[in-house]
Amino acid sequence: MQGRIHSLESFGTVDGPGTRFVVFVQGCPMRCAYCHNPDTWEMNGGTLMEPEYIFEQYKRNEAFYHGGGITVTGGEPLMQVDFLIDLFTIAKKNNVHTCIDSSGIAYKKNANLDWLAKLDRLMELTDLVMLDIKHIDPEKHKELTSQPNEGILAFAEYLNEKHVDMWIRHVIVPGITDDDKYLYDLGYFIGAFTNLKALDALPYHTMGENKYEKLGMEYKLKGVPAMDKDKLIEKKKVILDGIRKRREELGIHVS
Amino acid sequence: MRPEWKDFVGGKWDKEVNVRDFIQRNYHPYDGDEAFLAEPTQNTKDLWAQVLDLQKQEREAGGVLDMDTKVVSTITSHGPGYLDKSKETIVGFQTDKPFKRSLQPYGGIRMAEKACTDNGYEVDPEISEFFSTHRKTHNAGCFDAYNAEMRACRSSHIITGLPDAYGRGRIIGDYRRVALYGIDRLIEDKQAQKDSTGRVMTDDVIRLREELSEQMVALKLMKEMAASYGCDISKPASNVQEAIQATYFGYLCSVKEQNGAAMSLGRTSTFLDVYAERDLANGTFTEQQIQEFVDHFIMKLRLIKFARTPEYNQIFAGDPVWVTESLGGVGVDGRHMVTKMSFRYLHTLTNLGPSPEPNLTVLWSTRLPENWKKYCAKMSIQTSSIQYENDDLMRVTHGDDYGIACCVSSMVIGKEMQFFGARANLAKCLLYALNGGVDEVTKKQVGPKYRAVTGDVLEFDDVLDKFLDMMEWQADVYVNTLNIIHYMHDKYCYERAEMALHDRDVKRYFATGVAGLSIVADSLSAIKYAKVEPIRDEDGIIVDFKTTGEFPKYGNDDDRVDEIAQEIVHKFMTAIRRHHTYRNGVPTTSILTITSNVTYGKATGNTPDGRKKGQPFAPGANPMHGRDTHGAVASLSSVSKLPFNDAQDGISNTFTIIPGALGKEDQVFAGDIEVDLSK
Repeated sequence: MQGRIHSLESFGTVDGPGTRFVVFVQGCPMRCAYCHNPDTWEMNGGTLMEPEYIFEQYKRNEAFYHGGGITVTGGEPLMQVDFLIDLFTIAKKNNVHTCIDSSGIAYKKNANLDWLAKLDRLMELTDLVMLDIKHIDPEKHKELTSQPNEGILAFAEYLNEKHVDMWIRHVIVPGITDDDKYLYDLGYFIGAFTNLKALDALPYHTMGENKYEKLGMEYKLKGVPAMDKDKLIEKKKVILDGIRKRREELGIHVS
Repeated sequence: MRPEWKDFVGGKWDKEVNVRDFIQRNYHPYDGDEAFLAEPTQNTKDLWAQVLDLQKQEREAGGVLDMDTKVVSTITSHGPGYLDKSKETIVGFQTDKPFKRSLQPYGGIRMAEKACTDNGYEVDPEISEFFSTHRKTHNAGCFDAYNAEMRACRSSHIITGLPDAYGRGRIIGDYRRVALYGIDRLIEDKQAQKDSTGRVMTDDVIRLREELSEQMVALKLMKEMAASYGCDISKPASNVQEAIQATYFGYLCSVKEQNGAAMSLGRTSTFLDVYAERDLANGTFTEQQIQEFVDHFIMKLRLIKFARTPEYNQIFAGDPVWVTESLGGVGVDGRHMVTKMSFRYLHTLTNLGPSPEPNLTVLWSTRLPENWKKYCAKMSIQTSSIQYENDDLMRVTHGDDYGIACCVSSMVIGKEMQFFGARANLAKCLLYALNGGVDEVTKKQVGPKYRAVTGDVLEFDDVLDKFLDMMEWQADVYVNTLNIIHYMHDKYCYERAEMALHDRDVKRYFATGVAGLSIVADSLSAIKYAKVEPIRDEDGIIVDFKTTGEFPKYGNDDDRVDEIAQEIVHKFMTAIRRHHTYRNGVPTTSILTITSNVTYGKATGNTPDGRKKGQPFAPGANPMHGRDTHGAVASLSSVSKLPFNDAQDGISNTFTIIPGALGKEDQVFAGDIEVDLSK
């Protein structure tokens, strides 16, 4: 199955462990206010590529990816499950580490069984999912992304059940996602998962803004300053507090 | 064995001059991390504060604090100079005080005069008169022999940056020999070399005998110079402080006599570590003391300065000395060559702060120890001051005791040297091919009157043919010009101090270089895969291009264009190899214009790839700015496909990345990806 691809990046250093080959898929149903890749939203754009072609691009420079692997991000990768299965099947045959960077938006508990079966198959081929939880509060989530977060949180539970390693990523935007209450709640929620391996608290930056200008789109966060690095560390601690609390309650010990 | 060599494992090195053998038998590979490193001492801090203050004064004075205008610099021309004698553990300046630039007219008196006048000084008229009337310079010699075509190529910048008015540099003396053997032994060795020359007095033998005599004079003067600082280097060094001092004195003598385009140090750290390990084991010095010696040594290297003109600084983007020191690498026996001293050298970037000089160059191998790799990465992120070179590639040719001169030129220390050759402007050559040898900027007939391209659309096969023909011509005039330059440099500006620290029979690389590779590759790709229409001016000269359609661009790991780049390098080298080279130098080429790409751009018209007249070239073998759209690995991959066999003098790639994009802060390298709940 061909993938609908926005672009290929040969040197990803912030998209999972090590240096990675990054596939940006085209198409995303979310409309996150701070998205820095709005050019990947459109479902019908991009270029169609064969999984074999993409893997070949990885393979020819494999020496650079020692300790790394392939990450699919976007766009929303889980909108193209068939393609991902094909790509990761080749990757796993070649012992390449596979990672999906997803918002989880495609997941619904009551989704059709065919799709869920495919997802199960894909998860068998996936070493790591980096799940971006935009906001823990359902209402705030909707305001920020135009979509509910119910399925997203359910996806985290699903990954835990399937024992797929998970990193949680959370973008901290001044005045929008930096409220300590919600950060603590987020930590408390993800603290229940034994598959949780890392937490990335990502500082909001304004580098995406000029893309909106170029695309002639309105940038909803105009005027919101970039996240201060020192404050970010404080905010990350709040999430960690939530995780710790939940783990204590559940008696989870992670070495 | 001599008393200074107590505890060292003997071998060939104690019978003949053979520093590599000494290192291999005595060094201790270090697999640990940086935790052992020592902080700067109070003396180091005081001295560095003094340097910072002098730097500030120098900046305020417009870039130069003091210049010598009367005393021609030689090894012994100046008495000792100090920052603060009571605090310096490693001593020695080029002149009698720090920040005072020496007068070096042998490369060319006009350049020396101009360097002074441009900075508000005046060379003593007697010296000007002497070097114009009584003593010929390298520069005067070159122009005596140049023909009209060479001069035209020089003016039009199709051959550019030629070392015909200044010192060629790029020769690395084996400064470690001074420490290991002491001067007396080296003089004996040179005398034996002189006694061993052929008995038939051909030109070559006569020249060799004269050079060996010059080298022996230099060695005697080194001893005198060191004595003026109260140091005796006639004998081998007996501890690490003396070894660093002797190595530095060897280097210092070179920069007292040569204002070269690159004055590199070699590969000293692992050599010196042998002394440091012995001193630590014997309790002679503490780690703190040894780090202090290293800090003071590196501080001295940072203060090497030359008198240069603003034009020179423009070509080289600043005032570089290229005190390149090569660190690490792997030995031919498979042991890596990282030692504690390698860490101490990089640690100066912490103790003294970041600095482009000395140019600390890590010889990188996949087999380097993990702790060293991590430390290098950490220091690169913190200081942006480290250069990397591929040891796995170069070791095949040069073994494990080579060093880098300037930025990429590799040579075995003390056994190989290089005739620096500046570079040929390939982008301009392509334009000459289109215009039948007429320069696109000056409209003068510079190259041969070959047939210019005709028609309204450029045809790939036609342009490539014409380009290769024009490149043959360019290589021809280029090599011949260099033959004159190196003949004259040997004759009038011979590097006696550096060559005194070489074997008798050295391998000489005849270096050439190219600029504008990515422009030519992209231009030919545009002609092949898109439609390029030439735009002619009123004289029928092609001065611009209209390009329609997409074409593959070098820097995206796309073989369609990357193969064009490889082919150009191969063809250029083949053309160079066809020529006679001075002293049977082994021809090499480099793709490394990492500083002069801006000036070359200024002298070159519009090119078919869409680059506009005056716009800078990409540095070295880099893709053109902004055209590598598939990320750094794809970009590096295009560069790495260039054939090292055809560019043995080195291929450079300038890599810039914001530290944040190299992984989130320190986390990636610190390995901290687990959720940390302990705090």
